[in-house]
Amino acid sequence: MDHRALTTQVTGSPFVPLPFLVIGRRRETRDTVTLRLRSLCDATLHAQPGQFMMLSVYGIGEVPISISGLPRRPGELEHTIRAVGSVTRHLVALHRGDHIGVRGPFGTGWPLEAAYGQDVLLIAGGLGLAPLRSALVAILRERWRYRQVVVLYGARSPADLLYRRDLSGWQQRAKITVYVTVDHPDPSWRGQVGVVPNLIRQVTALFEPTNTVAMICGPEIMMRFTVRELQKHGIPDERIFLSLERNMQCGIGLCGHCQFGPFFLCKDGPVLPYSRLAPYRDIREL
Amino acid sequence: MASHMIIDVDGLGMLITLLQREGYRVIGPTLRDGAIGYDVISQVDDLPLGWEDEQDAGRYRVKQRQDTAVFGYAVGPHSWKRFLYPSPVVLWRARHSADGWRINQPAEDGARLAFLGVRSCDLHAIMVLDRVLLRGPYVDPSYAERRRQAFLVAVQCAHFTPRTCFCVSLGTGPRATHGFDLALTELVQPQTHRFVVEVGSARGAAILQQLPHRPAQPSDLAAAERAIAQTAASMGRQLQTAGLPAALLANLEHPHWDTIAQRCLACGNCTLVCPTCFCFTAEERTDLTGATTERIRHLDTCFTLSFTYTAGKSLRQSIRSRYRQWLTHKLATWVEQFGTFGCVGCGRCITWCPVGIDLTVEAATIASTGQTTKGVE
Repeated sequence: MDHRALTTQVTGSPFVPLPFLVIGRRRETRDTVTLRLRSLCDATLHAQPGQFMMLSVYGIGEVPISISGLPRRPGELEHTIRAVGSVTRHLVALHRGDHIGVRGPFGTGWPLEAAYGQDVLLIAGGLGLAPLRSALVAILRERWRYRQVVVLYGARSPADLLYRRDLSGWQQRAKITVYVTVDHPDPSWRGQVGVVPNLIRQVTALFEPTNTVAMICGPEIMMRFTVRELQKHGIPDERIFLSLERNMQCGIGLCGHCQFGPFFLCKDGPVLPYSRLAPYRDIREL
Repeated sequence: MASHMIIDVDGLGMLITLLQREGYRVIGPTLRDGAIGYDVISQVDDLPLGWEDEQDAGRYRVKQRQDTAVFGYAVGPHSWKRFLYPSPVVLWRARHSADGWRINQPAEDGARLAFLGVRSCDLHAIMVLDRVLLRGPYVDPSYAERRRQAFLVAVQCAHFTPRTCFCVSLGTGPRATHGFDLALTELVQPQTHRFVVEVGSARGAAILQQLPHRPAQPSDLAAAERAIAQTAASMGRQLQTAGLPAALLANLEHPHWDTIAQRCLACGNCTLVCPTCFCFTAEERTDLTGATTERIRHLDTCFTLSFTYTAGKSLRQSIRSRYRQWLTHKLATWVEQFGTFGCVGCGRCITWCPVGIDLTVEAATIASTGQTTKGVE
């Protein structure tokens, strides 16, 4: 199998996007939608949970967006996008039938196979749940391969919670534990209030630290405190995986924008074990 | 064919003509706007005959020489990156029609380039770019095509004082040993102005065959060696490279980064003149109706705030962090990424820094006064 991005296989250039069609659009929150895309060219995709695609709105620009689901049909993609800049504003405004350019898949995926037979902690802050959702979908399809599966998720407010239907569905499945917290509750909120790392001590009875794989995605400050908490509970650095975000413009390690120490986060990452990131953890503005 | 031949100045002119006749656009050093840069040339007179340069940190001047040497100067502000990895480049174009967007990839302009006067440091810079743009999991198609076609005529560094150079420290010069099609060593003596020619490839040999040439005498070769050795012995700068990557990475919070930042203007000149800096930014450009669009890339510099703009803010706010990114990329992380330094010792960043920051001095200061154990291995 050709492991290079689909784009290069088809066009010969890693920079040229392939035409995709928007086939579904679901509003998640006030500013966030999930798009389902289907390839308009005859090619199969092998996108892994944790990897990302470069999505182009023709005439506007291109942005890196992680895979947030695992459609079963070949040539389909699912992406959850929050409107934060000009390209993402145009992306969330797309509708069924619109055309979109796609390059990828790029980067490293979550260590799903390495987590076989292990307890799994999925820890998300904000939009960080999107890349972890694709991991969770994969885990649910092969639930028997894993031991405890725990999802810890924090959002700014109840209105910012993603995948609300999924969340309640996951909670109702006895074999997955889901804890949700928000920073700013509204009067109707009956759940927990506070930051995500505080949830970890509530679930320590559920996992065995040296047989656990933790996967984290969220704002860097949230990930920093989450890692400290996990370390405090005895999870070794090489079992803690982070997905890092940078200003990726090419996806293939050539534009240079996503460098973090020796890593090009677009190809060496975005998912990296904390044991490799640890030497750079306290360096300001790296 | 014997390994070394002699051509004279007329032969150099014929070389230019011959390369043009073979379909190459010949690019070489030429004096313009008070500096020796690289541009399209068509005859020997386009070359800076009888000119030399004076360089130091933050200083560059050209002046007339006592002799008529054609290549009696160090490298100027341009590098071959300008032609092999031009900026801007159109990555693709798209046109809107009734049945959606049609994307097409612009064809390369097909120009075959011949570079006349490639110094050893710049040959190594091209080899560094080869590693970045051709040897990774993804190939840059535009660079690949230009690089494959390019005919390289190297020139051995001789007859000038390399004030901001430090290729000897990096093992990248001053003698060009490989990676060229032909290599010239200029011999400027009052009666006979001539070039020792070394063949580096079959296509180099084929070109030389068509020029009037004669075998080099042992005395010619000895004179050539002396001239190159003289350059090597007069390097103006040096850089201690042993253990340097680890030493820099162990000192990412060294207070000297702040000291450099007080001088650094974050202008990005160093990245602009660097023959290996490859970072780019991609942008979308549309016509007024929005019916056609093209995506272009242009070279960028890690010294701007926008370079690290992520999720609403720039991650490298301070100049300290941006200079540190540049220096540690060149001299430390590049080694881990590509198996070579990102620096070839050409000295351009020293000469063209408007405040004369000298990376050989800054790297040495941090490596010699910093921590040796704590931090990154």
